[in-house]
Amino acid sequence: MTRVRLIHNRVALLLAVVTVAAALALPFLAFAPNRLLSGKAIALSGVAGAGGNAAALLPFALLLAGPFLRASRAVNVLYVGAGVLAAAGLVWLAGQHAALLAATASPAARTSFGAGFWMMEAAALLAVLDGVRRLGLGPAGRVAVGALVAALIGGQFAAGHLDQLSIMKEYANQRDVFAGAVLRHAALVAAALAPTLLIGVPLGIAAQRSPAVGRLVFPVLNVVQTIPSIALFGLLLAPLSALAAAFPGLGIGGVGPVPAVIALTLYSLLPIARNTAAGLAGVPEPVREAARGIGMTPRQVFWRVEAPLALPVFLSGLRITLVQAVGLAAVAALIGAGGLGAIMFQGLFANALDLVLLGAVPVILLAVAADAALKLASALALSRLGRTAA
Amino acid sequence: MIVFEGVTKRFGAWTAVDNLSLTVAAGEFRVLIGPSGSGKSTVLRMMNRLIAPDAGTIRVEGEDIARLKPETLRRRMGYVIQNIGLFPHWTVERNIAAVPELLGWPRARVRDRVTELLALLNLDPERYRGAYPHELSGGQQQRVGVARALAAEPHILLMDEPFSALDPITRGALQAEMAAIHKATGTTVVFVTHDMDEALALASRIAVLDRGRLVQTGTPLDILTDPADDRVRDLVGREDWGLKRLAVETVAERMRPGETAPGDPLAAGAPLRQALAEMVARGTDRLPVVDGRGRPAGALHLADLLRGPDRA
Repeated sequence: MTRVRLIHNRVALLLAVVTVAAALALPFLAFAPNRLLSGKAIALSGVAGAGGNAAALLPFALLLAGPFLRASRAVNVLYVGAGVLAAAGLVWLAGQHAALLAATASPAARTSFGAGFWMMEAAALLAVLDGVRRLGLGPAGRVAVGALVAALIGGQFAAGHLDQLSIMKEYANQRDVFAGAVLRHAALVAAALAPTLLIGVPLGIAAQRSPAVGRLVFPVLNVVQTIPSIALFGLLLAPLSALAAAFPGLGIGGVGPVPAVIALTLYSLLPIARNTAAGLAGVPEPVREAARGIGMTPRQVFWRVEAPLALPVFLSGLRITLVQAVGLAAVAALIGAGGLGAIMFQGLFANALDLVLLGAVPVILLAVAADAALKLASALALSRLGRTAA
Repeated sequence: MIVFEGVTKRFGAWTAVDNLSLTVAAGEFRVLIGPSGSGKSTVLRMMNRLIAPDAGTIRVEGEDIARLKPETLRRRMGYVIQNIGLFPHWTVERNIAAVPELLGWPRARVRDRVTELLALLNLDPERYRGAYPHELSGGQQQRVGVARALAAEPHILLMDEPFSALDPITRGALQAEMAAIHKATGTTVVFVTHDMDEALALASRIAVLDRGRLVQTGTPLDILTDPADDRVRDLVGREDWGLKRLAVETVAERMRPGETAPGDPLAAGAPLRQALAEMVARGTDRLPVVDGRGRPAGALHLADLLRGPDRA
């Protein structure tokens, strides 16, 4: 007797269970008279019922059916499509209901995302990831799907559909400083990148060529990596303040962007140096010998053979570095370096969670974008070597 | 011509090459053979300065190589290694073009040379020019390795156990191609191996090394018929010595010119070992022989194989 297989996709089953539980048991939105009071929970049923908005939830039907469908390319494509539409539709529904509530409430009233929204949104995005993995999409395809999700949600943002949500009201308040904070955040990361590459790459090369250098360098960088970021800022405070006092003309100080960039650089050195060394160590010895044997100068061996072959591993180190630095730069706001962290801490101190979100969401998006861009670059570098991305 | 005079190389306490003097004549196919640790690879790698000697001088075409820039020296010599070492991020074309590009050849000349070499090594130029190394079999990769070494028309080709990692059939094919290339180009070849059959099949002269010292040099026939000592006798192999000896002489050297015999003819250039195999297979003691153009040249008798070599 053959048993009929009911469940074809366990991941989809888990996501479906989470979706149903979140939809039924958790508040979808919260409505408060002003930003400081905690809000009244609004269930999904109360949102979807109003004005025929339930259509926006239709893609979830396919996500719930997903576990029971036999996998095929068509099913996977539909599943990814449903996930994309569900993620965008959920945001649309929240914006729609916020606008409805705003029509009859005072301007100070706030509509915030509830736990149910976050869980369902996360489930929809994870469904997209799972479907993309099952489809076996390459890095370019993954980036395209990510860009589609970003466009569908960004379009609603641009069209003003989300303006009545609390996070967007916070954005309206911060409009003057928001773009500056994003730029400052990116500038901190970029400013740390230059010294990181200038120091980390030569360190990695030296460590690969001489094991003695590696034994000296990597333990030190490992220790640096384990120092909590706030502690490192504190450690830098004293020497930099002393330096600033001794040379006032330098324009540096114990607080501000300079110690932030120094700390980010110190954290970034390990992944860059380690992956530079690992990439070079991965160059097969016969290839190196052949390059020397046919008459390449040491410089030519490095630039024509070793560097291109080490590039994919180096790029993955750069990816780790960038994602880590984007996150750490948020903490640097504590020592007055500015950036998106400043908005987050302002929200924390004011107990305005949507203001925290306004700082945190762009940090996540920056990190995801850096990750995607470097994965793509790494895959391009690898495809020329005839290997597939790990 | 390559001349070693009193060359010594030590690695720590171990002497890899011990006061070696050796001359490789221009146009020769010189095989260096010996057990592992005999110093044969070290000798080869000193010829292109991948290893520097501790004592002694090495002259290539009359010049003391210690006075040359290593890169200049290496670009004048082809170099083929056992592990091939193709550049995995470059196409076959760019791999082969590596040395001509270093030497600054014009693009059109490089392209023509790549086409010529792919054809020479029996790789269809249009099919393989744009391929990457990982798309090729081991034998094809080493064909590209040989083509890369020959690209800039070197006077000297250094080969370090180039075919040892290949399966026997591919190895045999590449050995035959290597012999043909040597015959056609007149390039001096220095070839390191530990396989006596390979040495006997390819060499015009063999140098036997043991523990960094030269034990014997001579033609394959010299090494077989007059081994210097037991170490050489061991390398030559005691069991199938007779077959090895038949492998280094050709039919032309033993046939009776003008005679005829029935059956399919044998080429005058074929090794005697092949003639013996044919006699056994056909159950005959006489074979007709034709020359290079297929004209009757004579006949070979089984008794002729049993004589000692003709020493002029």
